[in-house]
Amino acid sequence: MIPAVAARSGGDFRPRRLRRKLFGAAFGVACFVATSIGVVVLFIMIRSVVVQLSDVPIFEFLYKLTGRFGSIDPDRSGYKAGIWGTVWLLSLVIFLAIPVGVGAAVFLEEYSAPNRLRRFIQTNIANLAGVPSIVYGILGLALFARAFGLKRLALGPTLWTGSLTLGLLVLPVIVITTQEALRTVPASLRQGALALGGSRWQVIRDHVLPCALPGIMTGTILAISRAIGETAPLLMVGAAASIPLVPRSPFDRYTALPVEIYHYAKEADPGFKPVASGGILILLAILFLMNSVAIVLRNRRAASNRG
Amino acid sequence: MIKIEPESNRSNWSGPSRLRNAQGAATGFLLFGCALITIVTTVLILGVLGGETISFFRVSKIGMFEFFTGTEIDFKSARPRFGLPPLLWGTFVIAVGSSLVALPIGLLSAIFLSEYAPERLRRVLKPTLELLAGIPTIVYGYLALTVITPWLQSVLAPLGIRVEQFNAFSGCIVVGIMIVPLVSSLSEDVLSAAPRSLREAGYALGATKFEVATRIVLPASFSGVAASFILAISRAIGETMAVVLAAGSLAQIKLNPFTSIETMTAYIVAVTNGEASYGSAEYLSLFAVGMTLFFITLCLNMLSGAVIRRYKESTP
Repeated sequence: MIPAVAARSGGDFRPRRLRRKLFGAAFGVACFVATSIGVVVLFIMIRSVVVQLSDVPIFEFLYKLTGRFGSIDPDRSGYKAGIWGTVWLLSLVIFLAIPVGVGAAVFLEEYSAPNRLRRFIQTNIANLAGVPSIVYGILGLALFARAFGLKRLALGPTLWTGSLTLGLLVLPVIVITTQEALRTVPASLRQGALALGGSRWQVIRDHVLPCALPGIMTGTILAISRAIGETAPLLMVGAAASIPLVPRSPFDRYTALPVEIYHYAKEADPGFKPVASGGILILLAILFLMNSVAIVLRNRRAASNRG
Repeated sequence: MIKIEPESNRSNWSGPSRLRNAQGAATGFLLFGCALITIVTTVLILGVLGGETISFFRVSKIGMFEFFTGTEIDFKSARPRFGLPPLLWGTFVIAVGSSLVALPIGLLSAIFLSEYAPERLRRVLKPTLELLAGIPTIVYGYLALTVITPWLQSVLAPLGIRVEQFNAFSGCIVVGIMIVPLVSSLSEDVLSAAPRSLREAGYALGATKFEVATRIVLPASFSGVAASFILAISRAIGETMAVVLAAGSLAQIKLNPFTSIETMTAYIVAVTNGEASYGSAEYLSLFAVGMTLFFITLCLNMLSGAVIRRYKESTP
């Protein structure tokens, strides 16, 4: 029986090994090309931005841009107000969103029993993370800037409005990354601290949070670096480009770096192109700096976990 | 020998203090408050969008039927007109066009990273792709405006095709490139998670690497890959700045991809930048459009979540 079957199928069996091998290799190459498209595009992008600045000494030009306010004359335009506005926004978002985000994550991971309420909050956070940023802009416009038309409570187009809006925008991301960091803390650490008589809060404050801190910081820095580049919600809540002032308090009007870039990019006058390109380089430099800090923190954590 | 000294111990230790208990309860309460803020945010989004959408229909006297079928947007004339279809069309074009760019590239990169790439190359490529995902969308928009569109114009002008300064085609390309990292990194996670035994069984039967990747690993993790696709499309629909700078804001339904379109997000930005006064029909229309946008992206995100959950349940 068995030999007969083998003989018959032997007639049909055509491995076509060479063809399959070649096809597989071609597919592998195609996959590699697809992967490198991303990297190549990143390269082209930065090059195309730099090329527009090729005839000027680049660092000198960027330095000049950071020192001047926006103006209708491209040769005298700069980002001083935008950079300060972004720095203000950044500090306020850190001040507003990180405590709340970390608190919510600690509640979900350490305090709450795995019941229906927790599942509900968790699903809700996941959904919030997927809401388009412009919808947060609409929320900020109606809630913070106009307060549903109540003049007393309306914050108007001030830094508070912008940072509250951005704060709500990054909150779900901060919660999710902090939860991930808290999950990496070994259970034995909690059990040890609890066995020594620590209360739940003492265990979290003195042991769990310090242990998860590098992870929390990495995730939070990445989340906030996203917020810095956000333009649409800020446009909605009134970061106007034409503000030649450095804000002095959170109740001042402001403008932000990406908002100014948007307005220069939209200008019909080609003289503004180098200004917009320079702004993008400044923005990318800030983001690169923040990402490097996050990566250094991540690597240090990996090293200390191994040791 | 340890000598037990109950007397001296008792003087130092008095059990959990009342202060400590109160502290524990208070912090629990505070932390719950933090978590509650996320729910309040959702309620506020729904409340703001819903409430203002209702007042839009009341103030503008535009009926539901016109809202969903009208093809004109005009708030200047005596009787305001507003129809969603031109904006839906713009969003649809961007979603489909960018998917055509992003889904194949993203899936192929995911297969490369999980099946083909040596560990060292992977360790370089993955963070680079993540970096790409961290670049602000305004930069992508600027790239479309200053690199892609002029390039398209110079290539297509000899063929007699006129490319407008703001056109749907460059919008699709940049949004596509923008969502590639999303597809590739999510799909890669799913593909790498496919059980090793499946691959080994495939190789044992004499399959090549290509056959294992496309006929065993990919079908096994299909729902996870599908979830990443849905998520990427949802991101493309909600994308704003790249679309505004690349595809413009001219609400029209035209099949020519080299003309300007207006997505829902671009419309919202255009209204806020315009002179619509508070409480006017035009101002309120942005909430109606926002509500539609929120609803569409929420449905897609929930669908993607449901697909992922099913995938997790089905894998051992």
